[in-house]
Amino acid sequence: MSLWEIDIYPAEGHVDRAGEEITSDAIDLGLAPSIKVAAVHGYLLEGSIDADEASLLANKLLADSIVEKTVVAPVGDPLLNEAPVDGAILVHVINKPGVMDPVAMSAQQGISDLGIGVEQVRTFRKYWITGVDEASVHRLAEKVLANDAIELAVHGPLQLEALAMGAASEFELKTIPIRDLDDDGLELLSKDGQLYLTLIEMQTIQQHFQQLERDPTDIELESVAQTWSEHCSHKTLAGRIAYKDGETERHFENMLKETVFAATVKIREELGAEDWCVSVFKDNAGIVTFDDDFNVAFKVETHNHPSALEPYGGANTGIGGVIRDTLGTGLGAKPICNTDIFCFANPEIAHSDLPAGVLHPRRVMKGVVSGVRDYGNRMGIPTVNGAIYFDDRYLGNPLVYAGNVGLIPKEKSFKEALPGEWAVVIGGRTGRDGIHGATFSSAELTSDSEMLSGGAVQIGNAITEKMVMDVMLEARDQELYSCVTDCGAGGLSSAIGEMGEEIGVEVYLDKAPLKYDGLSYTEIWISEAQERMVFSVSDENWEAFRSLCESEGVEATIVGKFVDHGRLVLKYQDTVVGDLTMEFLHDGRPPIIRDAHYQIPEVQPIDLNGKAGNLEQDLVAILGSLNVASKEWVVRQYDHEVQAGSVIKPLVGVQNDGPGDAAVVKPVLGSNRGITVSCGMNPRYGDYDTYHMAASAIDEAVRNSVAVGADPSRIAVLDNFCWGYTDRPETLGSLVRAALACHDLAVELKTPFISGKDSLNNEFSYQNDAGEKVTISIPPTLLISAMGQVDDVTSCTTMDAKEAGNVIYLVGVTKRELGGSHWTLVNELDGGAVPTVCPENCNKTFPAVHQAIKSGLVRACHDLSEGGLAVAAAEMAFAGGLGLKLDLAKVATDADYQGDEDTLIKLFSESNTRFLIEVAPENCDAFESGLEGATLSRIGSVTEDDQLVVESGGQLLLSTPVGQLKEAWQSPLRW
Amino acid sequence: MTTPKVLVLRAPGTNCDHETKYAFELAGGQADRVHLNRVLENPALVEQYQIMCIPGGFSYGDDVAAGRIFANQLRSQLADVMHEFKNSDKLILGICNGFQVLIKSGLLLEDDAQGDPPATLCWNNHGLYEDRWVTLQNSTDKCVFLRGIQQVYLPIAHAEGKFVMRDQQVADQLESNQQLALRYVNSDGAPADGFPENPNGAQRNVAGVCDDSGRVFGLMPHPERFLDGTQHPRWTREGLQQEGDGVAIFRNAVEYFA
Repeated sequence: MSLWEIDIYPAEGHVDRAGEEITSDAIDLGLAPSIKVAAVHGYLLEGSIDADEASLLANKLLADSIVEKTVVAPVGDPLLNEAPVDGAILVHVINKPGVMDPVAMSAQQGISDLGIGVEQVRTFRKYWITGVDEASVHRLAEKVLANDAIELAVHGPLQLEALAMGAASEFELKTIPIRDLDDDGLELLSKDGQLYLTLIEMQTIQQHFQQLERDPTDIELESVAQTWSEHCSHKTLAGRIAYKDGETERHFENMLKETVFAATVKIREELGAEDWCVSVFKDNAGIVTFDDDFNVAFKVETHNHPSALEPYGGANTGIGGVIRDTLGTGLGAKPICNTDIFCFANPEIAHSDLPAGVLHPRRVMKGVVSGVRDYGNRMGIPTVNGAIYFDDRYLGNPLVYAGNVGLIPKEKSFKEALPGEWAVVIGGRTGRDGIHGATFSSAELTSDSEMLSGGAVQIGNAITEKMVMDVMLEARDQELYSCVTDCGAGGLSSAIGEMGEEIGVEVYLDKAPLKYDGLSYTEIWISEAQERMVFSVSDENWEAFRSLCESEGVEATIVGKFVDHGRLVLKYQDTVVGDLTMEFLHDGRPPIIRDAHYQIPEVQPIDLNGKAGNLEQDLVAILGSLNVASKEWVVRQYDHEVQAGSVIKPLVGVQNDGPGDAAVVKPVLGSNRGITVSCGMNPRYGDYDTYHMAASAIDEAVRNSVAVGADPSRIAVLDNFCWGYTDRPETLGSLVRAALACHDLAVELKTPFISGKDSLNNEFSYQNDAGEKVTISIPPTLLISAMGQVDDVTSCTTMDAKEAGNVIYLVGVTKRELGGSHWTLVNELDGGAVPTVCPENCNKTFPAVHQAIKSGLVRACHDLSEGGLAVAAAEMAFAGGLGLKLDLAKVATDADYQGDEDTLIKLFSESNTRFLIEVAPENCDAFESGLEGATLSRIGSVTEDDQLVVESGGQLLLSTPVGQLKEAWQSPLRW
Repeated sequence: MTTPKVLVLRAPGTNCDHETKYAFELAGGQADRVHLNRVLENPALVEQYQIMCIPGGFSYGDDVAAGRIFANQLRSQLADVMHEFKNSDKLILGICNGFQVLIKSGLLLEDDAQGDPPATLCWNNHGLYEDRWVTLQNSTDKCVFLRGIQQVYLPIAHAEGKFVMRDQQVADQLESNQQLALRYVNSDGAPADGFPENPNGAQRNVAGVCDDSGRVFGLMPHPERFLDGTQHPRWTREGLQQEGDGVAIFRNAVEYFA
């Protein structure tokens, strides 16, 4: 057995791109500008390999002889450690043992294809650093080169004797003496065991086992903790809540059920025979009808805590997880598009201002974007929609929302495991990955989280999931299984536990295929190793199922059997290691009872007089503010056209770079029926009133879809609540108030919620220089995702101005609503009234706009959001490469405003339910009569001269070249 | 006219196989999606097909390098049957990842004396994956797939699409033999003068290459993503084209057997 190292350098004359990027990150970090980093990547190969074979592998398989050169030698050979430049300091970065290494797995496949015996392969990176001292190199290693959560930085030459890891461990049944513990003992057990259960929950478990007259085994305690975790049971929001806000008081038995879910029930009742919801709030994703053959499923998940620790892996497995959600919906939906929304702190923050334990937001953003890109692109699922929101309160808790839409044959929309069937796991093998991810998501992050929960970080392998997807959709069509679900948080414990909830199941833990030896039965049960799905397969179909999987290189293993006894029985070899009733597991959790208070704030008016002196400066500042600025750098890294169904792309306009309102895809090749995907989110409004924040987010998500052509009577929405520490009554109160708005607006607009998810306790604590504890809580952040439908995609439209001479209309009423607006943001002002939503106005406006678009009367349509009319007009103009000339005197308002007030409200107010619409002169009459019920202002026209000109009754307020506005919008995030 | 049978060869990670099959069928062929494992088990399977297409995606994750593992399998396990297919007046098309596989397998350009391909596809100049529409000019008379085509507008979506040749001599030889078939150009048809018209920094603006016979062709852009008017990024401004620019490439392949 020998251990070879293969180092791969760029060939002469070829650029070291990775080295250049790290050099630039190092200078950003504040290291001396004299620094220069050369980057090398490489492989460690263990096996019976001779020098010729090692050289063959290096030069024919692992490196490209045209653009790369190699150094090949046994590990430790001085040849490998000869500095390419005198005095260069050497650092290696290698994954910690057990961290997923997909490249090594593929390399191993390639090597065995060549008939060379290799036992183990690992990849690593190697850096040669000049121009700085050792201390700077250590700082670089810590901040840029390696992430401590998954990687090890080795200073100097690599010293390794073998790669193999894991040793077989002796089986040992562990029981946890719980019956005699006092409350302190119970709390300590919950904390030390990373169970994150409350005292009342621990007491309930204690009583249960006192009645059984035995102590639980470790795996029983873990199973309960997983099942009762916030992540799996949503115990806070589905719990009892006593809410009061000064105007109303309400007692909820199950808050979510009585607000968000109740709205859907009411809408479905009203629709009666016309009900188009199929399966809501019960499966992994919500399902609605689509066409004669198919339904569509939609789910958005969050993966915040893992992304805070390891942005690439966290985002990577976030998108991987939500794709498995749609795959595990009904008997399996085929994923057709992704949507990804992120929240970060300002990426320009100084390194010296970062608290300990926090990754720099720029590094977080780059990592998250790469993670989503690499997984989504490899899965062959177009990422068509997204948003990025910046606020410094996301410093310790970045938010990563990942969503997926799937297409499912109508008759495959429901599933049921049957007694006597096998529980089968397919896909990735089980390792120590992500142990305690589900319970960890109940915890607040601290600067120690990285140490405590490194195991909770996972890295995905998209190709394994792609292979699982390909084979399972084939197995679905061959009707080889009767139930499926994904392995997500809680791993097998959640997946098998849920599938067997109504029946009972016995599990053979020793049968699960492992990545390496040494896992205990409990680790196997709760591992969150990625890319696994669980199926219920009858004995009759097992052989066909297994051989189909094998034919595409996917491992399928029987790990249990559904048995009609209402119990969860866990076995390791011949020993029963756990035996719980499904009833205790799923219904035994004591209800959480919480108080929720909300103080509806009074509006503090802003005095607008004298503040309209810098309109151009204000507009340029808003266009360049991070939330509004172009996200093209991100969008282009996503494949948004794979599957060939992209009809309205995320970037639109004459140069394919304007900000589209919503994406449209047609998921069935050869059919013109389409799906729209859009979103709404405005955390700044939540600082004023979370009710109106939620209402505005719904309005925004819906109007974005309507703007491209979606039928407002067929828009389904999803909620994702990301909040701070909800044990605090006022934090929970702000959430309940948002949920009340979700209920009210959904019912009024007839937009059913079909699925949702929450992520609570998004707070970060650290000690400041003075030794005081500081806690940063994220702002209340509600993401509303909308999925609309279009009968015929050829009637869709986009937001870019199309032709000089066309007329510009503003649809909707403009009000004095500058609270939380981007105009106040760039002017550093507080106060003002937050935008509200008038449902009657929505119900007059959305259908009328839709009808006009569908009839072909609309040449361009753009929604008004951050920055109001001014920003929408600027975007419409520069996306179309044309000018606009607008007269504010024509803008319809709710009241008579004067002077500066009038100008600022009309230009920058963020009132909801408004659109800017371009109509050809010959269609104006038809358009106007179609919009009769809505508020319509004919405010100007499209011009040839690439200027954005704004007047008010003859007085010139603004005249700016659109090129200048576009540059302001494009430059901030042009990375 | 005879309907040619098309083998759409997919491997773990291939992800454009459905739309590529659809494109060939729209053009009048009869296409099957076949897993590489079926061909490895039974190499004679390919004999019943007239056209072989390796579609886009991330075969084996593009781990190690884009297309490398798949190409390595063709080289080490299917070389005979692949060369037999190539030499029997049949057609081979590689799109994006398929182009990367073809060039690294030695099927598209003959290996040099050291047994290495004379050209490669490597990381885009800016080091990132990029999805973007580009204008392309046909610059050969010999490529079957490009017959009658002058200019096409198609999307690219790749990280490793920069075409690089081993040296000047290789470049001149491929150029004079009209194998540098498809080039990135500006919208006015002039050679692309850098990013973004040439999106990856490819030498001589090369987006697609054919073999000496013109029957084996690989290209980075995705013709299967522009089959109908609604796929054009500006159809809402410019109106709906009758058919997408990509169709002609598939039709040329099918009509070769007419």
